[in-house]
Amino acid sequence: MGSITTRMGDGYTVTLTTDEVRRDLSEGSEDAARRGKIPALDEREIDYLFDLFDSPRRIVGVQRGHEAILSKDGCGNTLYSAQLSSGVGLPLSREQAIRTFERAFGFDTFELGHTDYTFKQVKPIVALEQTTMESVLLTTIVPLFYGAMPNLGLYAQPDGPFPNPSELLPEGKVDEARQAQEVAAEACRRDIVWMGEKMAETGADGFNLDTTAAAGDAEFLAALQATEELAAKTDLAVEMGMAAEVVLGFHGQLEYKGVRLAGLWPHQQVKLAEQAGVAIFGPVVNTNTRKSTPWNVARASTFVKACSEAASIPIHANVGMGVGGVPMFEVPPPDAVTQASVALVEIGKADGL
Amino acid sequence: MGDPLGMSLSHALASGMGGIRTAGDLVARMQLRKMRLAEAKEYVAGKLKVAVGDLADSTVMRELRAELDIGVITAVPGCAKGIDAKARIAELLGVEIPCVSKLAERVARRPG
Repeated sequence: MGSITTRMGDGYTVTLTTDEVRRDLSEGSEDAARRGKIPALDEREIDYLFDLFDSPRRIVGVQRGHEAILSKDGCGNTLYSAQLSSGVGLPLSREQAIRTFERAFGFDTFELGHTDYTFKQVKPIVALEQTTMESVLLTTIVPLFYGAMPNLGLYAQPDGPFPNPSELLPEGKVDEARQAQEVAAEACRRDIVWMGEKMAETGADGFNLDTTAAAGDAEFLAALQATEELAAKTDLAVEMGMAAEVVLGFHGQLEYKGVRLAGLWPHQQVKLAEQAGVAIFGPVVNTNTRKSTPWNVARASTFVKACSEAASIPIHANVGMGVGGVPMFEVPPPDAVTQASVALVEIGKADGL
Repeated sequence: MGDPLGMSLSHALASGMGGIRTAGDLVARMQLRKMRLAEAKEYVAGKLKVAVGDLADSTVMRELRAELDIGVITAVPGCAKGIDAKARIAELLGVEIPCVSKLAERVARRPG
């Protein structure tokens, strides 16, 4: 029986038999199908993924002509930031980093964002963000987003003005915890819209809501409502990247256009994003570090395929560290990264990454 | 998240269209208008009068971008850069690029 050298979800090398790889591919896909109530990959798709992992090559790529569009969160922080962003600490300004991604790395789009990547945090320095955006727009050609996170957690005490639901819930104060999330979400919505309008004034092409719903259903609601307002008031193309594969029901009762937000999976999230006016949706599928990369990639491909089939707008699947089948490791191995990249475009039918 | 070579460059080589090396930025502009990938590629290929398969081919697009003066990846004196290239792209694709429109408004407002 043959063997295949691949990786675990934490990036470390593991050697599996060919039967074990096939089993992991099937089980990963079936796990997604069971949780999301979506179709599992068919035999032809599993065969494709098996061939991908059976390749001894260090790097793989999509078929010529199947290339997809790249967008990126976090600005160029991977170049100039510290380990908190897997950054390599180069002495570059944001403008230099953006132009490096455009002219040296061949990125199709890019974004401006602050290192403290949260709408609430960048409001006091909006003039800096606007003038930097205006400057970068003069010197670059690719479409430019302004990006940040809704980050609802920062609206709760001690970081923000509202009672902290994480403290109220253990005390059994469910109604108070829900009310705290509702008022925080309204403040978050206002901040996102305010920043969006400021960026629309600069002539930015788009606005990226990154790691949406990290704090659960209330944050998702704030992001959807903010998008609806920005789509109506501005020319900004809103990209909405999610934080996790399922929307956590931290509140549990919130709805958008009659749909309960808690517990939604990517193929359900995208339908609400479309209704809100989102132009590009970024589904997330979490990587399980205790499972193999074939298991994780098959699982991610299954979720992304269902999302792509449900969508009428472009899908840019998240493929950073620890999502989209990519191992959870800050120096990710290109073999596993490129395998995930190919799988989500060729099998997941993502329009971009 | 992930270091630039391991993450960004790996994806760029495995799956990316190539940005301004090719026609990646042009296809991306149509995605901003909610076009799916295949439709966006068809649209751009039609405007450029090339085959869809040429859009990510740097040998085709390097020459064509120079000819259309919509910005090239290498630093060439005299070629359109930045917002100058985007003004031509807006015209070529038949779309509005907000910063280009804003610049035109500002120029039009100037006395004399």
